[in-house]
Amino acid sequence: MDAFEYVAPRTLDEAYAAMSNGKTTALLAGGTDVIVQLRENRRHADQVLDVKHIPELMALKITADGGLSIGAAVPCAVIYENAEIAAKFPAVIDSASLIGGIQIQGRASLGGNVCNASPAADSIPSLIAQDTRLVIGSKSGTRELPIEEFFAGPGKNNLQPGELLIQLKIPAPKPRSGAFFNRFIPRNEMDIAVVNAGARIQLADDGETIADAKVAIGAVAPTPLVVPAAAQALIGKPANEETFAAAGEASAAAATPIADMRGSVAQRKHLAKVLTVRALRGALERAKENS
Amino acid sequence: MRRTHVSTRLNGDNVDFLCEPRQSLLEVLRDNLGLTGSKEGCNNGNCGACSVILNGRVVNSCCVLAVETEGAEVTTIEGIAEGDRLHPLQQVFLEEAALQCGICTPGFIVASKALLDKEPHPDEARVRHWLANNLCRCTGYDKIVRAVLKASDQMEAKV
Ligand SMILES: Cc1cc2nc3c(=O)[nH]c(=O)nc-3n(C[C@H](O)[C@H](O)[C@H](O)COP(=O)(O)OP(=O)(O)OC[C@H]3O[C@@H](n4cnc5c(N)ncnc54)[C@H](O)[C@@H]3O)c2cc1C
Ligand code: FES
Ligand code: FES
Repeated sequence: MDAFEYVAPRTLDEAYAAMSNGKTTALLAGGTDVIVQLRENRRHADQVLDVKHIPELMALKITADGGLSIGAAVPCAVIYENAEIAAKFPAVIDSASLIGGIQIQGRASLGGNVCNASPAADSIPSLIAQDTRLVIGSKSGTRELPIEEFFAGPGKNNLQPGELLIQLKIPAPKPRSGAFFNRFIPRNEMDIAVVNAGARIQLADDGETIADAKVAIGAVAPTPLVVPAAAQALIGKPANEETFAAAGEASAAAATPIADMRGSVAQRKHLAKVLTVRALRGALERAKENS
Repeated sequence: MRRTHVSTRLNGDNVDFLCEPRQSLLEVLRDNLGLTGSKEGCNNGNCGACSVILNGRVVNSCCVLAVETEGAEVTTIEGIAEGDRLHPLQQVFLEEAALQCGICTPGFIVASKALLDKEPHPDEARVRHWLANNLCRCTGYDKIVRAVLKASDQMEAKV
């Protein structure tokens, strides 16, 4: 690992100033991706900028409108230990509680998981399904974008030089809605997803018809994938196994996976279907609890 | 590279050290401070042999920069016993032979202590789940899990 300087700004303005001093910067949240990348010379930096002392990035709250605002650097364990968040945003907890083991969860942040932009990242499909918006800051102000527009390829996000992720904002869950995330790994814990999937559905007043839906899958394309065809197969239909199977087929069709040591193309397409169906079952159960 | 001055509380003592920003906490513990109880298994976050407690949470010290511990509270395996009196976890690991080569043991004990501090009466499933980031190539885990459960029982009996 090459030598670098360490800076720990206390404010966003200090961070922006440090990011425009001409040095190559690596941002450090929990470090569970970036420290290993630097050590293995997969990445080089003149300075490492620790974002954990910037209050906005460590803030975690349910906002007045019932939405959830997650500072980009808040560790997963802090999120899932919050009982109110666990009750209102269980799909966030699905992801936060299975990223790594205890040692990883005490440090790893959702902001880091998203910015690292792995196609297999376990927070992203669930955040996409929940219509998460990213608040991105730089010296010239802040901008917001839907999370699905953030990814450019494996390990590549759409941040411009001088920008950092401040916050993830999840809108308040609608009445009769629920979201769910799941993944497949060969072990019980601690592995990279072969495929993962998140889903959200909202039931109509009748409690049976699907009024709104969103499905996202991971590890089956260069970036996490929204599956509009799955949503189409769901919206206006009764929330039952037949409908879910059709959405699962749409996920399998949308998946363009690679074959590697974790799984073949056929297995991954099959998993995209199965995990979509399971995510929808979980989402339906939560939508009913939320009625 | 200029070395950075860091002040931290390490195993209950105020400790100052100089390190390079690129040095991991594990490296500084072992190479700069002579605390070789924390082990390097993988150096990439997977094995848990380097587990330490940082501000109340168990973390892999190979995935922490030492400079990040400015003002922090750090407990390593060297800080688990009280003087000459072993922690119940250490005593039970010995009695139950919950180790073979021993490389993974400091990490398991530190991680288990973090669990018992937080949840004094975990069940077997909880112990196994909590220790998923600690790898052992020798024991097959059963003896380790039994030792943690027994230490939990003993600690309860004492209160
Ligand atoms: C043993 C082990 C197991 C793991 N298991 C899983 C798993 O099951 N599922 C999974 O998805 N991942 C897993 N990971 C990967 C990793 O832990 C996660 O991606 C984690 O969420 C990263 O968060 P972090 O805070 O540690 O990020 P860091 O390592 O600090 O940062 C990650 C990347 O994001 C950038 N970054 C960080 N914060 C910001 C910001 N505010 N703005 C802009 N850029 C930023 C960094 O520069 C870096 O490029 C595992 C890693 C290890 C070592
Ligand atoms: S040496 Fe740190 S986790 Fe293996
Ligand atoms: S006792 Fe040898 S690795 Fe666990």
